[in-house]
Amino acid sequence: MKVLATKIGMTSVFTEKGLRVPVTLLQVGPSKVLDLKTPEKGGYHAVVLGFGARKAKKVTKAQAGNYKKIGTEPVRIMREARSEEAPAVTVGQALDVSLFEGVKFVDVTGVTIGKGFQGVVKKYRFRGGPGGHGSNFHRRLGSAGANTDPARVWKGKKMPGRMGGENRTILSLEVVKADKENNLLLVKGSVPGSRNTLVWVRKAVKRT
Amino acid sequence: MSVLIKKVEAAYLKNEVPELAIGDTVRATIKVIEGEKERLQAFEGVLLALQGTGINRTMKLRKISFGIGVERNIPVHSPRLTELVVTKKGRARRAKLYYLRSRVGKEALKTKNKI
Repeated sequence: MKVLATKIGMTSVFTEKGLRVPVTLLQVGPSKVLDLKTPEKGGYHAVVLGFGARKAKKVTKAQAGNYKKIGTEPVRIMREARSEEAPAVTVGQALDVSLFEGVKFVDVTGVTIGKGFQGVVKKYRFRGGPGGHGSNFHRRLGSAGANTDPARVWKGKKMPGRMGGENRTILSLEVVKADKENNLLLVKGSVPGSRNTLVWVRKAVKRT
Repeated sequence: MSVLIKKVEAAYLKNEVPELAIGDTVRATIKVIEGEKERLQAFEGVLLALQGTGINRTMKLRKISFGIGVERNIPVHSPRLTELVVTKKGRARRAKLYYLRSRVGKEALKTKNKI
């Protein structure tokens, strides 16, 4: 099951062996289980997570009705975490870093930093031209395809355009430390997104 | 920097680090792990540069070993760095003493120590 976390930022720590490793700090929740969805009630298994608090006067009446139905205070962020099987949580349970105690590897999903409209050299690592010696070919994409046959550009041709701002999952990041005191998870390496953004964390599916 | 980052770093920072100035001669005793065994190794050289802040602060030491210049970057807060002593005060007028690399002979590690 995946839970919500906030990306705090990066630093380094020393391991027991004295090696310096780069880490990303993730503040895990604390989010609350607001509701459980089951095949009978909702059509599929999912956990409804609430994160943070919202002022009652900022909530629309429709939302207020929903909060009343599931019996909780208004939250800042409400997200659903779908799962194949029934998750082992109960309504009202608080989810924090203690979930990851003893876990060695995690997967982290987040939205990558938006880069705006970028050329093919940055976006797809095309090589670009030689630049000098009168080549007049600097950072262009070269050929877009053949001529008379097919007389069009193939679908999926790598061209300039918007880069970043996509969902990405980084698999099997090593957990350096689960800091219960500060409710932080220290994972080795980087994680998608800028600081203070919301990410999903789950136990690694491919590595234990 | 986030308060939380500082909190996490604080657990790994050393309480006492001697005052280091660029141009000082510094002796760093480092724990070397060879297979199973551990031993201490001293590296004494001129402090060429300090880089980074907080837990990522590193020092660049340079010495002449059997006529060959050797440089080593050492994280100041590394647990493997067991002892750090300033053996000689130097005086430098810049923050990075990379010009020492092009020096040869007696001058190679000289930093002015007159005030």
